[in-house]
Amino acid sequence: MKYVALVYYQEQIINAMSEQAWQDLNQECIAGVERLSVSGHYLGGQPLQPTETATTVRVRDGETLISDGPFAETKEQLAGFYLLEAHDLNEALQLASRIPPARLGSIEVRPVRELPPKAEPQKESGEQP
Amino acid sequence: MSTESSYVDSLYRDHSRRVQATLIRLLGDFELAEEAMQDAFVAAVQQWPVNGKPDNPTAWLIRTGYHCGIDQIRQRSTARRRAHLLLPTELLPAEETLDLEPTTIADDALRLLFTCCHPSLSMEARIALTLREMCGLTTEQVASALLMKPTTLAQRIVRAKRKIRDAHIPYAVPTQEELPEHLPDVLQVIYLVFNEGYSRSTGASVVDISLTQEAMRLGNELARLLPQGEVFGLMALMLLNDARREARQDSDGELVTLDAQDRRLWRQEDIQVGIAWLEQALALTPAGYYTLQASIAAVHAQASRAEQTDWGRIVRLYDALCRRFPSPVLALNRAVAIAMNGAPDTGLKLLDDIAHHPQISRYHLFHAAKADLLRRQGQHKAARSAYQQALLLVTLDPEKRFLNRRLAELENSP
Repeated sequence: MKYVALVYYQEQIINAMSEQAWQDLNQECIAGVERLSVSGHYLGGQPLQPTETATTVRVRDGETLISDGPFAETKEQLAGFYLLEAHDLNEALQLASRIPPARLGSIEVRPVRELPPKAEPQKESGEQP
Repeated sequence: MSTESSYVDSLYRDHSRRVQATLIRLLGDFELAEEAMQDAFVAAVQQWPVNGKPDNPTAWLIRTGYHCGIDQIRQRSTARRRAHLLLPTELLPAEETLDLEPTTIADDALRLLFTCCHPSLSMEARIALTLREMCGLTTEQVASALLMKPTTLAQRIVRAKRKIRDAHIPYAVPTQEELPEHLPDVLQVIYLVFNEGYSRSTGASVVDISLTQEAMRLGNELARLLPQGEVFGLMALMLLNDARREARQDSDGELVTLDAQDRRLWRQEDIQVGIAWLEQALALTPAGYYTLQASIAAVHAQASRAEQTDWGRIVRLYDALCRRFPSPVLALNRAVAIAMNGAPDTGLKLLDDIAHHPQISRYHLFHAAKADLLRRQGQHKAARSAYQQALLLVTLDPEKRFLNRRLAELENSP
């Protein structure tokens, strides 16, 4: 079972951190990813640049609309994500609780959605067996 | 024929929950298991009068339900939006290899309870699911007991069941190492169900479901399946509180505080049973949250008059509670106990120490407790202003009337 752990925190808390605290947090995250990889729970993930670098794209009536900033202004901002392999939600929650920014913000754990099987191509109406 | 069908009726009452709990484990889906369980009982009504009743009716119902469930999975077209989320039938156990050992089936009730009480579900959904799936109440009964609209409740239950399936909330009994983390989730739901019923035992008695009774039934079943000290402690706490039910209001339905209750109305049999549970709990050290709370309830229950209450022991129990489970509400209760134990000034000072806490400053019982201590101290002016503060925050009518009465008594005194 795959889960995504979305890491949220208030960017202003991070901005207010000392350089040393920020470096320590990063090292702690690197060590955490190593642990998750060794135990076979880590499938992927990435920290993100702050929301001021975000651009939002929408397509309406065939027209592409581009705007500055994240999709929604929220109290905490999306800061990164992990793709985890876990047996069930309990294990996923336990893994998420050890992601270092869980202490600063929050981690949203969501199961991935499996897409339905690919549809068979429609037969041509005139085709005969 | 009619005796057969009434036999099936009683079988449904006694076994449908157990059959369903096992089918959820086997089929991996709540909704599918419920349909399959219904199908199995329909088959029983049709076949037993003809073929005779099977030697092991529960196992027969589970096997038949399982078979119906597998048929259902095969029939569902892939066009159904979530059909592909059901386990493919190849992954399900073969019918001949089903584990229907009595202990496994008994544990299915535990699995179901831990799933219904999972903290990733909203508390409302946990309570509703537990009442419906564990206590076997209908959606209408649960809705009326929780003062909700049946359609709203039904939607919540459907959403919760989907989350259980789609997020893979486990359907499992925690291991011995996992228990300390997960057992409190279950105990909390049972105690909330109890309190929901207990706080409502006044007034709106249109409800025919007794939530206090359902909670104690659940606690009893849990104690049988999972004999842990805290489960016994919770049973003790519920029984000792419930034993005082008739004394909590006077003939006009007005609230009566513990010190003013007519203790002859306390049900002694329940107190004895509660204390027996407590002794079992205390034998399994260390005493946890519910066991300590039950110990406090037992001190009150064993005082034949309010003045004989062993407040010293209550203070020591609150000391232990506050050390292990620090919370502002427990700190409030501890302060009151210290005041009642002959140190009113210390008690009032401890109340002032927590007054600024956001959870406390808006809590009517904090201001009511402070008012009561000031009143006992003869500080009527300060007591009046604390009662007024409590009245601004209180929501339940009987409590409001009680505070108004106390305030009026003070207005009339010098």
